[in-house]
Amino acid sequence: MLEVQAVSRSFGDRRVLDDVSFTVKGGRMTGFVGGNGAGKTTTMRVILGVLSPDSGSVVLDGTPITAADRTRIGYMPEERGLYPKMKVQEQIVYLGRLHGMSSAQARESATTLLERLGLGERLGDTVESLSLGNQQRAQIAAALVHNPEVLVLDEPFSGLDPIAVETVSTVVKDYAASGAPVLFSSHQLDIVERLCDDLVVIADGKIRASGSREGLREQHSTPRFEIQLDGDAGWLRTEPGVTVLEFDGGYAQFDVDEPATAQRVLQRAIATAPVLHFSPVTPTLSQIFKEVIQ
Amino acid sequence: MTSYTSPSFAGGTWLVAEREIMTKLRSKSFVISTIITLAVILAGVVIGSLVSANPSLPKVAAVGSAITVVEQTESFDVVEAANRDEAEALVRSEEVEAAIVPDDSADSATGLLVIGLDEAPNGVLAALSVSPAVDILQPDTQNKGLIYLVAFGFGIVFFMSAITFGMTIAQSVVEEKQTRIVEILMSTVPVRVLLAGKILGNSLLAFGQIALIALLSGVGLLATGQNILLADIGPALIWFTVFFTFGFVLLASLFAATAALVSRQEDMGSVTTPIMMLVMIPYFLVIFFNDNAFVLAIMSYVPFSAPVGMPMRVFLGTAEWWEPLLSLVVLLASTAFFIAIGSRIYANGLLKMGAPMKLKDALVKRG
Repeated sequence: MLEVQAVSRSFGDRRVLDDVSFTVKGGRMTGFVGGNGAGKTTTMRVILGVLSPDSGSVVLDGTPITAADRTRIGYMPEERGLYPKMKVQEQIVYLGRLHGMSSAQARESATTLLERLGLGERLGDTVESLSLGNQQRAQIAAALVHNPEVLVLDEPFSGLDPIAVETVSTVVKDYAASGAPVLFSSHQLDIVERLCDDLVVIADGKIRASGSREGLREQHSTPRFEIQLDGDAGWLRTEPGVTVLEFDGGYAQFDVDEPATAQRVLQRAIATAPVLHFSPVTPTLSQIFKEVIQ
Repeated sequence: MTSYTSPSFAGGTWLVAEREIMTKLRSKSFVISTIITLAVILAGVVIGSLVSANPSLPKVAAVGSAITVVEQTESFDVVEAANRDEAEALVRSEEVEAAIVPDDSADSATGLLVIGLDEAPNGVLAALSVSPAVDILQPDTQNKGLIYLVAFGFGIVFFMSAITFGMTIAQSVVEEKQTRIVEILMSTVPVRVLLAGKILGNSLLAFGQIALIALLSGVGLLATGQNILLADIGPALIWFTVFFTFGFVLLASLFAATAALVSRQEDMGSVTTPIMMLVMIPYFLVIFFNDNAFVLAIMSYVPFSAPVGMPMRVFLGTAEWWEPLLSLVVLLASTAFFIAIGSRIYANGLLKMGAPMKLKDALVKRG
């Protein structure tokens, strides 16, 4: 389990992180979302020890993180980078060896990983000769080559086509399934929504919300329902305890004052016309996101 | 899940150094330029030996009784001519430098007449003259031309190697910043491992090149039979290699530090200029002042010019035995100092992207 505890950091007069605390649990994918300049990259750099915090600490499995622990983190920085003129496999092997793997271990791990990521044919090509999407895959391999115990990925899906997103997310989810805490940031909220188990929302250097995806949804869901009738639904407007938000012939979206009201509405609907659709409206991640960062 | 312990300081440093070396050795331009440098040095040694080993004797024509006299001097390649006319013809056709004929006139002191083409053939006259004995009180230990050659040799080799490998290290630092791989590297190994590996790798390459040059010159001198010259220059060559190695480590840390201030290759020229000056100044000084004992003495103790200045003094025989050692201590101390400063600037500069960083900020800011 990776914990960020009350971390603050300023650059000059600008306070980039203000008392940031959250937890990345083992075996779970934690999505880290926030606008541009919200502090995601700085937080990740603090976790990796690339930047040191002004105050606060990073704790791994109950003890403050050490330099030795950090080499067991797989890190994919937002600013992508590999040596352009070095061969793909050679490069991943080099990074593996820097993490302490033997030459043979690094070679085996790099080859397996690159094959899983669909770069098996390109092992001997230089990085600069790869397309951007393939460079991105090589970058993932660079983060995973040493079998990290924790994954910290800054925007791992940006610049990938949907198939590559699938490939990469499968590899990353396998890591989480093996018990590793995985923290990843993304601007693509739909991908985060699909992949994450937990969610951390940051804005202006402060954590605005954190918790499990379902928990957050519940927290931010209003008692809202939508209904589609094969007939007019105008009577809803006069129903006590109901506030209609949207109305279009047989379709209506409405808030209720208490759960029992929703049941009463459904019974009356069935009595008046065939019900094609009736369901609670759960907020999407981007709705929650907009709500919490305001 | 298997976990790996991060490599030791030495292990990590060596990994980084190994990559630097392999990258350089695989670069075609580096291999080719090294081969050319070595070929030029070998050619210099061989041509030098050809020129000095067979000084061809001046060719003269001699007539009659002059033949015996001229041959006795053993300083000429004598062409026998039947008479004065034939000898003059040889001079006119420039087959010989001069003709020497018997002079029977009463006022001739030597009984010889030297015939030149358009001016008095001084070399021939000198060989035929009788000079009084000479005693020189302060003889030059070395030939002036040779001194210049050696000074030029040390100067150019120092200059070329320092620039080549200094720029290599600077480019490698900027490349890592520009391609942003530096963030992965920094999260994997400590910054000092990165810096140490870069300095070690490039210093080994520079040392290897210098040692190869020194060895080739030594072997070349031996093979062409210039043993005496080797005995003169050998100690200076060895000191040069030692001084260069440590001097280069100093320069390398400065190159790495200044390169860390910028994020793009385009900005590199402006920040490395001061270091370039430090490399160029000793080169010009040793060429212009290789006969000025005072300037050489100062050069031999200033860390940046000691790699050129001290071996030069060793070669000239003007340095006491302890002087190279003292200067080496000065060099080592300043190298340690500049590594400390350099690694501070390097560590602070690495993550700073965008406009070139101010030196003052790099010295005080922390990561």
